[in-house]
Amino acid sequence: MTPNLHLCLIPLLPLAGAAINGLLGKRFSRQLVSAIALGFCGAAFAMALWVAAEFSALNIPHVETLAAWIRAGGFQADFAFYLDQLSLVMLLVVTGVGFLIHIYSVGYMWEEGGFYRFFAYLNLFMFFMLTLVLASNYLLMFIGWEGVGLASYLLIGFWFTKDSAAAAGRKAFIVNRIGDFGFLIALFLMIQQFGSLSFGQVFLGVAQRGVESGTGLLTSIGLLLMVGAAGKSAQIPLYVWLPDAMEGPTPVSALIHAATMVTAGVYMVSRSHAIFERAPVALMVVAIVGTLTALFAATIGICQTDIKKVLAYSTISQLGYMFMACGVGAFSMGIFHLMTHAFFKGLLFLAAGSVIHAVGGEQDMRKMGGLRTKIPWTFWTMTAATFAIAGFPPFAGFFSKDAILFQAFTSRYGSWVYWAIGVFTAFLTSFYMFRLWFLTFFGEYRGEEASGHDEHSRTGARAPHGHGGIHESPKVMLVPLVILAMLSVCGGWIGSVRFDNFLSPALHSVSPAIENAAAMRKEASVSEGLLTSVSIVAALGGFGMAWLLYQRRPQLPREIAGALGGFYDAVLHKYYVDELYAVLFVKPLVDGSTKLLWHGIDRDVIDATLDNSADGAQRVSDAARHMQSGNIRSYAGWVAAGAAAVIAYMVWVGVR
Amino acid sequence: MVPLSYYLVLGGILFACGVTGFLIKRNIITIFMSIELMLNGVNLSFVAFAAQWHALSGQVFVFFVMVVAAAEAAVGLAVIIAVFRTRETLNVDQVNLLKL
Repeated sequence: MTPNLHLCLIPLLPLAGAAINGLLGKRFSRQLVSAIALGFCGAAFAMALWVAAEFSALNIPHVETLAAWIRAGGFQADFAFYLDQLSLVMLLVVTGVGFLIHIYSVGYMWEEGGFYRFFAYLNLFMFFMLTLVLASNYLLMFIGWEGVGLASYLLIGFWFTKDSAAAAGRKAFIVNRIGDFGFLIALFLMIQQFGSLSFGQVFLGVAQRGVESGTGLLTSIGLLLMVGAAGKSAQIPLYVWLPDAMEGPTPVSALIHAATMVTAGVYMVSRSHAIFERAPVALMVVAIVGTLTALFAATIGICQTDIKKVLAYSTISQLGYMFMACGVGAFSMGIFHLMTHAFFKGLLFLAAGSVIHAVGGEQDMRKMGGLRTKIPWTFWTMTAATFAIAGFPPFAGFFSKDAILFQAFTSRYGSWVYWAIGVFTAFLTSFYMFRLWFLTFFGEYRGEEASGHDEHSRTGARAPHGHGGIHESPKVMLVPLVILAMLSVCGGWIGSVRFDNFLSPALHSVSPAIENAAAMRKEASVSEGLLTSVSIVAALGGFGMAWLLYQRRPQLPREIAGALGGFYDAVLHKYYVDELYAVLFVKPLVDGSTKLLWHGIDRDVIDATLDNSADGAQRVSDAARHMQSGNIRSYAGWVAAGAAAVIAYMVWVGVR
Repeated sequence: MVPLSYYLVLGGILFACGVTGFLIKRNIITIFMSIELMLNGVNLSFVAFAAQWHALSGQVFVFFVMVVAAAEAAVGLAVIIAVFRTRETLNVDQVNLLKL
């Protein structure tokens, strides 16, 4: 007998918060709005903790059906929730990090207009994200998937009076639609092949098929799922929306565009591991896309000067690592990195928000510097996060990243190429993160004296900030920073092996080939220690280079940039990918829509047909109208003429 | 015996006179009389055919026409009086409100 855990409450609690704040919040005081938002989000977190405590007593996977949803013929999809090790990890990460970021947001958004709206959106996001994580079928997952996209759109465009924010929101939404299209087609294929979308039945159906040697049905499903994941998790070629998404408030960047939503793709791929493991081609595509994205985004991150943009590209790059892990069959390591990444990247964004808050809305790192002593709490927490992401032991990022690199080298699906690119990317990661660190916190302060405007006053939505000068953030913002900093330091101490063992029932390899590979490894020619030392050297190298370029010899970067010339320009402009997409896709679409569909078809064919027939009718009736003059004798004349015409016709017919 | 065509020609002439009078006259009374002329032109051809074919139906039809014409005259004259009372004219060209 499995106890009823009322899993449905976990997503529904934040929804209640969103409804109360969204519908009534306008009249509430800020204290009440934050109490409601934090209360419901915290309740969801508490429930997640309680579920985790009860977890060992459950039959895994634990499925709870709330209500029937769609029952059509043999097809059935219910509002049902699915709990196993994988969703438990996601649940804790989402509610935990989400709750901390809710707390932070209270401080960050306090002076902001639309305070209630922000928290309503944030709670709405939590509802959809938890639905996504807990869904027991792909259809419910898709609802959450679309819903987090909606919440992301609303929050990116939170300052909707600013054109760039509104445009960024649209871009995120549209690019995500492309990915969702792939996801949907994959769902259709599953319905057609397996007659169901619930995880249990789909994987049962999948299990009856062998590993595909070439391409086939499972490969197509896998590739289409990957298209969806690439859209949501900002992988090549659909990553372009994420850097623009930084237009949103910083807590949003932390929660949605770093810690949780963008990792949904990784979760979905891991959840579908049974499909991917039987489709080696799809798996290889996942690995290649992940590896390339990791490298590509890291190189762009080097040249960015906006502190949030650096973090955005870093996020894309780290997501690339997670996909690399999934692609080499090490799904649990992808989730491990997802978890540690949620800690340190969430912290990086929050700390960056604290920095931006401190220097009065400036985001350009070239105008920062020397903040180490002025905002010590932010500095120390951010330092923890920087060391974590750079992969220094014993910080969290080291364990997960190192495990991924190890798997990339030794797994049956791995290759030394993935590993080499991964290590190089780790070097780049370490370099751009310490570049950010040095530029922000060391050297001389290069900005103007903060005049009491911060990030938000650009919108003109509120009165200027009351206190000028560089200042540490309030306690309500610092507490989440400190907690996340502790997690960034200790989060990896679980160790990849223990984490893998914990997740293995949920992610147990369905293919004996992989199990064997996991047991034997390809060949134990390379020791784990050697690989680990290489990645540590890469991290140290990045640190050293950043120290040399931005601390020791600050004029050197300009010389190097000059020496590289065109290549530097290309990287600085993000390889002109946005421009390329604009020429390849956006412009033809806009032109085609404007010239062909609007002018050509809508205006010249559809509208013209209607207008001309109406005009013709009017012209004809205009002529006929003059017959009705009101003059009785002219009426009589028409009658006579008509009679004459009839007679003439009859005579003519008679003659014939 | 007078051939049928004579009657028909006379009926046609009467009808044409009626039409012409209807079209060119402005006084309502005259127009009304022109209508009677047209009816009588038709009546003439009815009786002529009836005599020719020795069929009574044509003659009966004429009675019908005369009854209807009498009724029409009564209604029509009443309308004319009503028009005159409101418009103070019998010129149809001035009774032209019924138009678009």
